[in-house]
Amino acid sequence: MKLKRISLLAVAVAGVVAAGSATAGATFDAVKKKGFVQCGVSTGLPGFSVSDDKGNWKGIDVDACRAVAAALFGDASKVKYTPLNAKERFTALQSGEIDMLPRNTTWTYTRDTSLGLNFAGVNYYDGQGFLISKKLGVKSAKELSGAAICIQAGTTTELNLADYFRANKMEYTAITYDSSDETIKGFEAGRCDVLTSDQSQLYALRIKLQKPDDAVVLPEVISKEPLGPVVRQGDDEWFNLVRWSLFAQINAEELGVTSANVDEKSKSTDPNVQRLLGGEGVKGEFLGVGDKWAYNIIKQVGNYGEMFERNVGQGSPLKIERGLNALWNKGGIQYAPPIR
Amino acid sequence: MAEFVPHPELPPPASSVGVVGWLRRNLFSGWLNSLLTVAALYLVVTALPPLLNWAFFSADFVGENRDACDSGGACWVFVNARFSTFMYGFYPAAQAWRVDLIFGTLLLLMSPLFFKGFRYKLQLGGFILFVYPWIAFGLMHGGLLGLPVVETAKWGGLSLTLLLAAVGCIAALPLGVLLALGRRSTNMPVVQTMCVVFIEFWRGVPLITVLFMSSVMLPLFLPEGVSFDKLLRALIGITLFQSAYMAEVVRGGLQAIPKGQYEAADALGLGYWRKMGLIVLPQALKIVIPGIVNTFIALFKDTTLVIIVGLLEILGMVQNALNDPNWLGFSTEGYVFTAFVFWIFCFSMSRYSQWLERKLHTGHKR
Repeated sequence: MKLKRISLLAVAVAGVVAAGSATAGATFDAVKKKGFVQCGVSTGLPGFSVSDDKGNWKGIDVDACRAVAAALFGDASKVKYTPLNAKERFTALQSGEIDMLPRNTTWTYTRDTSLGLNFAGVNYYDGQGFLISKKLGVKSAKELSGAAICIQAGTTTELNLADYFRANKMEYTAITYDSSDETIKGFEAGRCDVLTSDQSQLYALRIKLQKPDDAVVLPEVISKEPLGPVVRQGDDEWFNLVRWSLFAQINAEELGVTSANVDEKSKSTDPNVQRLLGGEGVKGEFLGVGDKWAYNIIKQVGNYGEMFERNVGQGSPLKIERGLNALWNKGGIQYAPPIR
Repeated sequence: MAEFVPHPELPPPASSVGVVGWLRRNLFSGWLNSLLTVAALYLVVTALPPLLNWAFFSADFVGENRDACDSGGACWVFVNARFSTFMYGFYPAAQAWRVDLIFGTLLLLMSPLFFKGFRYKLQLGGFILFVYPWIAFGLMHGGLLGLPVVETAKWGGLSLTLLLAAVGCIAALPLGVLLALGRRSTNMPVVQTMCVVFIEFWRGVPLITVLFMSSVMLPLFLPEGVSFDKLLRALIGITLFQSAYMAEVVRGGLQAIPKGQYEAADALGLGYWRKMGLIVLPQALKIVIPGIVNTFIALFKDTTLVIIVGLLEILGMVQNALNDPNWLGFSTEGYVFTAFVFWIFCFSMSRYSQWLERKLHTGHKR
């Protein structure tokens, strides 16, 4: 009971904070005035946000901010990054330290409703999966009954795993480790048959193996982890811009517009392409930006597919399959409302 | 009668001189020591060759990417490729000379302090402690004399580690001395209570909590739009925290000074500050050099905690690099490198303190 009261209090505090930011609002104007997007990213997550050898931030989450900057300023480089810990990420957004938070943050009911924040879309559909040594010959997670499973302690993955095995009436032995590095070492040393984590992590962990090709990621996904950029509640203009920057990228992929052919496509007679690239009909002023906003995103950041392949897909060492993140008409669930 | 000719002295037994003698005395002086020697030798023989092999003989040093690391040993190519980010963090490469200049000048300024004949030590020391930090900050941050501004969010790597440690040390020592004096001033109960409360409060909470509070809670209490530089918050937190520790170290020194010294100073007619400054503190601080350096070394290592507020000092940059898809799987190399860097700095500090102790060891030799 007492615990409940405390958590209610915490929610109330968060609510007050949220109300505070709502009245101040106008993130959009503030960002426009200062001339850059303050972007909260992870302190380091392969393919999502990590610095390269020169100290430049790279990754799919980083590109979310670059797309917004491209739409607003016509220059994808007008972004400043704040590396954030998982624990401080929401405070940083609530307090106005950052303007948007694309930090592999799972969109959940509680987060969306009680923190004074809004999820602007999903830039990566993640989910918990299984990494397994090829020589076991297992093809599906349903065959894993009795397996020893390596897992990182204290994460929701642990709970999801228990749920999944109970629902399928299977047994397992959990071998818990403190960090992901230890987990993969345990897997490599043969302490367990299977390693479980979010799928995007599994591909990164697999590279750390001596022989990455000896391990495969099973097709099953046992939890829903939609990751997307988060903004403060109370500034719908800003929310729209973040949301439609992502939608423009997805639409561009669907229409076959890439960073390489965007200039050529500008001359296309296809009305959908014309509307996307600001040629006719739909004007950028609805978003408060220039007509060439989507053109700038695609030219400088690329369409969704390009962004995916470059950061986590075949163009990167991670080689993650598109899977759920393929377009809706290619077997996935990435779908954007039309621009019209 | 023949004179008694003493037999010439026999040479010491072969087993007690030369190499054999040394071995017997130092390594095999009893069954326990012999056993320990053999065990240690066994450990060295089994552990050293693979270690050297990993770190040097079959390691890769040159190359561009992970493909260069195919000989099975350590992949120093990774550290090599990432070296500039480990040193400067996100500081723009074109401006990195500013960081080099700051630390180079500091070394140059400090070097005369090690020479006995140099006469302006006090002035130079004062300059380094009170003037140079501002110059260094101006140079690092830019915005003057046509230098482009590099905001603190871009500072990182080893330069950030050194900055945090240096500011922590320079600011915490005077603050700690004042707190220690305050805590011992029994004739000023208000000041004394304030100092005691301050010290006990800051010693009672872990540094990680202080940093976390400054980063997560503080922004919620500030009005919207007012953001307080993250680095400054961390610096203030570290300084207050360290000054409490420093105060207790210095207090230990103050208590070790015989009462006669205080009374002698009083008898000479010195006021409070001159008594402390000329008689008590010089002796007290000399006694507690090991303690002070101990605190500094602890502080130097504690700077890695700022990673929890998203400031990427050297360990943070290494961990960030370990997550680069192009360099996944080289965590051992990354951590060994970081450990080596920390060891160099901590070991130098400890050697310096020993040198200082010997140099200042003027009286009370026992």
